[in-house]
Amino acid sequence: MHFRIDHAQARGRTLLMAMTSVSALTLGAVCAMAQDVDPQAVVNIGSLYEPQNLDNTAGAGQGINEAFNGNVYEGLFVLTDAGDVEPKLVDSYTTSDDGLVYTFTLKDGVTFHSGDPMTAADVKTSIERVTAEGSASSRKSTLDVIDKIEAPDDKTVVITLKTASISLPYNLSYVWIVNDAAEDISASEDGTGPYMLQEWRRGSALAMVPFDAYWGEAPSNGGVMFQYFTDATAQNNALLTGAVDIITSVQTPDALARFADNPDFTISEGASTTKELLAYNDRVAPFDNVEVRAALSKAVDKQKLLRAVWGDYGTLIGSFVPPTDPWFVDLTDVNAYDPDAAKQMLAEAGYPDGFTFTLDTPNYDPHPIVAQFLQNELAKVGVEVKINIITANEWYTKIYKAHDFQATLQEHVNHRDIVFYGNPDFYWGYNNPEVTRLITQSEAAPDTDTQTDMLRDANEMIAQDAASMWLYLYPQIVVSTSNVTGYPLNGLNSQFFAADITKAD
Amino acid sequence: MLGYILRRLVILLLSLFIAAVVLFALLRLLPGDPANALVGVGATPAQIAAAQAQLGSDQPLGAQFLGYLGDLARFDLGQSFVSRAPVIDEITTRLSVTLPLTFAAFGLALVIAVPLGILAAVKARRWYGLALSVVSQIGIAIPVFWLGILLVYEFSLHLRWLPSGGFPLRGYADPARAVQSMILPVITIAIVMSASLMRYVRAATLEVLGSDFLRTARALGESRTHALIRHGLRNGAVTVVSVLGIEISTTFLGAVVVEQVFSLPGMGSMLLLGIQQRDYPNVQGVLIISTLLVLLTGFLADIAQRLLDPRLRQERR
Repeated sequence: MHFRIDHAQARGRTLLMAMTSVSALTLGAVCAMAQDVDPQAVVNIGSLYEPQNLDNTAGAGQGINEAFNGNVYEGLFVLTDAGDVEPKLVDSYTTSDDGLVYTFTLKDGVTFHSGDPMTAADVKTSIERVTAEGSASSRKSTLDVIDKIEAPDDKTVVITLKTASISLPYNLSYVWIVNDAAEDISASEDGTGPYMLQEWRRGSALAMVPFDAYWGEAPSNGGVMFQYFTDATAQNNALLTGAVDIITSVQTPDALARFADNPDFTISEGASTTKELLAYNDRVAPFDNVEVRAALSKAVDKQKLLRAVWGDYGTLIGSFVPPTDPWFVDLTDVNAYDPDAAKQMLAEAGYPDGFTFTLDTPNYDPHPIVAQFLQNELAKVGVEVKINIITANEWYTKIYKAHDFQATLQEHVNHRDIVFYGNPDFYWGYNNPEVTRLITQSEAAPDTDTQTDMLRDANEMIAQDAASMWLYLYPQIVVSTSNVTGYPLNGLNSQFFAADITKAD
Repeated sequence: MLGYILRRLVILLLSLFIAAVVLFALLRLLPGDPANALVGVGATPAQIAAAQAQLGSDQPLGAQFLGYLGDLARFDLGQSFVSRAPVIDEITTRLSVTLPLTFAAFGLALVIAVPLGILAAVKARRWYGLALSVVSQIGIAIPVFWLGILLVYEFSLHLRWLPSGGFPLRGYADPARAVQSMILPVITIAIVMSASLMRYVRAATLEVLGSDFLRTARALGESRTHALIRHGLRNGAVTVVSVLGIEISTTFLGAVVVEQVFSLPGMGSMLLLGIQQRDYPNVQGVLIISTLLVLLTGFLADIAQRLLDPRLRQERR
């Protein structure tokens, strides 16, 4: 489910048009046709996420995915903006009956920006770049399942797995196919995408121009320039003065008023994958008790919290799964707001007078505000919250590594990350053998439908178990000048596909 | 004079060494390992260990410190933990923004402050002399980032005369846009700096006006203006130059703040980002180079003061 707010409707701020992002894009394209689209126009994109270098296996940060995924580099598969996994550089592939051997046939006529043709050897080295010992890729462990990669001929890649993995195509969508002749790509590139890097000025901007020999459809604009800001206000000012055409993600609702009442701008809201949650340490009392967790979940009015933090934007979620995951199901009714029932459940669980716990709260937005809200809400059912403010580094050492906490707040940004609930050693220590079994075995599912069914079951179970308190899903807000259309709305995995963006005169 | 310069140079190098030691120690007192920041949440212990080995953050502090001093002596600031690029390269690129910004702002501040400061002193009893003093007092109280925001609001968002921030991709190869993007930041710093400079100039001029030599010059028949220009300026300049060293360092720090407001890719944003990412080489590099620049200005200001004031030149220490 995706929402798009038209500026005219946003004035009333009541009417939301629900449509798939595909139809939203089509509509956008039709609107743009009415004006004169300039296919040579350079689209200026404002962003707060400058890459640290240009190599996604060398700690470049999320900014490199935004700038390069699907634009400069492509994978064997692509994670589309709607959340589907589709073939990209793969023409077709087969899986052996035991699910252990994947045979990929590569697309013909794909060349790198340097002019070299893409071959199976390039694919092999590209995957090995991610799994290499020195690789700092956050996706490295998802490819641990690979036993060996072979390239029997230029067009064929055979991947043999240690155990069956239905998610392999999805995980491969994170792997850039890089020319194996390119050695260091931390300051240059050699990909197959529709754009080539033109120039990058650290701290300032990164420009890309269309690649003339691109195998697919040529971009519908004359190039893209990402302009980087360290300050959200400066970024908004740049949009207001026309220095940039789009800003990729708005982090607070405060600035939106300036754009909402102005017909020169379009505010689009997509579905993000960023979940704000209160994670209990499910190993320790009283949070090892399902009744207690469910009671606390019922004690908190999440709608009110979302309004306080995001105004009219954002979505409520009943579990950890965002709408763009295939196993999403609306679970907001499970353990829904009901303070009276919460009190009663607490009494039944042996806490008629409530209890006290410490909430380790990261010191950056929105966590401190959320913590105070929870403190108020839970006080109403007799539970006292002690707020302990910590830094991101302390969070990492104390909570993520040492599991030394009662409860904490955190935002989890990844797509398809329900798998964390299948790992009893994860920081929140949720341990339901049935969920672990479902999540583990779903990887060995014979097809994606079975996988989806199993993970949907797991999703419903964690919701019933109130494994954590899922507060809300961040909105994904993109603001643009109204003559620019065709940009991605959901920005999954921080991606920002630029090739379909059009700019009218 | 040569002996003085040499002595002064030794003090400069010694100060730099002490600064290097303090910086190294302070950075290591920060909690958190840069390896964690580099590989991110979700990394395996093996990945973290590999990152530590690669960064050298697994070595004993003593070994890290000796390596660091050795590199410094060879003007090698190392490689960024995060971008893997040589620190000195990034600093050079960013100084090409920060230094012009600093000097242009300081030059403009002098152009504003010197005549107005003298005027405020000469006409101290007239209403506009008083008004100038009041305005400069207010100017000192204005935070530089706040003034920057106000100027953006008026000249970028409202009047649309100048860009609200950013720096062209091609830098000075795109001179018109590069200069445009510098105008508001330069004015912002210059206004705030000129306020405090004006007070120094005013005080120095008042002192000169009350001096015996000026009275003598007037007694010999020179007009007040003529006497002030012929004898007063140079004498006043001695006092002003002595604070210039400090003032220009303040301007440099102001530039670091203002860069943030205007999204300029200078030393300021490099420093902030480096701190966030525990990128020790970058942070160390920026701080060492900034310290060097500040010490160097102080050094030059001291020498300039000696050249201006023959009494100091005669002094033997």
